[in-house]
Amino acid sequence: MTIQELAALVEANIVTASVDTGREVECGYTCDLLSWVMANGSEGMAWITVQTHMNVIAVATLHDMSCVIIPEGIKVEDDVIGKADEEGVAILTTSLGAYEICGRMNAKGIPAK
Amino acid sequence: MTPNNIVNMAKIKGLDMIAVADHNSARHLPVISRVAQEVGVALLPAIELNTREEVHMLAYFESVEAAVDFSEEIYEYLPKVKNRASLFGRQALMDEDDEIIGEEERLLINALSLSIDDLAFMLKDRKALAVPAHINRGSNGILQALGFVPPTEPFSALEVSVGLPLPHKGLPSLPHLHSSDAHYLENMLEATEFLTLDSCTPRGFFDYIQNWKGN
Repeated sequence: MTIQELAALVEANIVTASVDTGREVECGYTCDLLSWVMANGSEGMAWITVQTHMNVIAVATLHDMSCVIIPEGIKVEDDVIGKADEEGVAILTTSLGAYEICGRMNAKGIPAK
Repeated sequence: MTPNNIVNMAKIKGLDMIAVADHNSARHLPVISRVAQEVGVALLPAIELNTREEVHMLAYFESVEAAVDFSEEIYEYLPKVKNRASLFGRQALMDEDDEIIGEEERLLINALSLSIDDLAFMLKDRKALAVPAHINRGSNGILQALGFVPPTEPFSALEVSVGLPLPHKGLPSLPHLHSSDAHYLENMLEATEFLTLDSCTPRGFFDYIQNWKGN
């Protein structure tokens, strides 16, 4: 599934402007402790987190993730979106909660890592 | 812990200056300050903030008034959740004689709806010091919550828990502080950590931190 298709699936807006949304999503993950994600992230991952700190982009970039999904309508600051564009990590924002997002992704066959 | 037993225990343990840092509040500092003055222990006014990211960050102020002003300013960002004493303990407000004169109803340990960036810059604007707390402790330490210490926030120092591993690489060049982080009287440390200050006052502490040039 591509980032574009994933966005439709989870009713998300793609807030980054220049990231290739045709990129494949390989697997899904959710966690809010960035140290944990640093240790357990992987390439092509779609990562759901309520954290919106700039460090999220660093962690996603470190693992060459496909995208970060911010749930529950949480706003992402412009400088964080700018950094994500620069690093080529898509940011998706949606009003859905992490549980619902995981359920939909799982039902469509996106695996855990 | 009461104003008198905190300050007097500090005196017995030979501490010259103490920072008293309630979670997200400075409302007890005026009373603590008066008791400390009477007993002869210097007080560094402080608050232990819990940021939106669930990072604990110490804020140090030059005066009790500045701390109280900041405390009032952030109160609206504290979720309107009531404390449950059975889980979190009482949040009693006491006077100089340790008599209970009130109770804080809102749960103080909750995370503020302000990010660590917001808070660090707010503190900088108010000439206060932002110091991520117990960075290597795990729960509510910045290294666990955010993976690494972000290089862009205006932190003044890092509070490092003694006896726990600390990564050697990737930390910004800032002074390290150590504290007892005592939540109970028996956890207060003896005078085992020292700073050499020009004066044993908040100003002396600020000068030390702000003039620190690295090890």
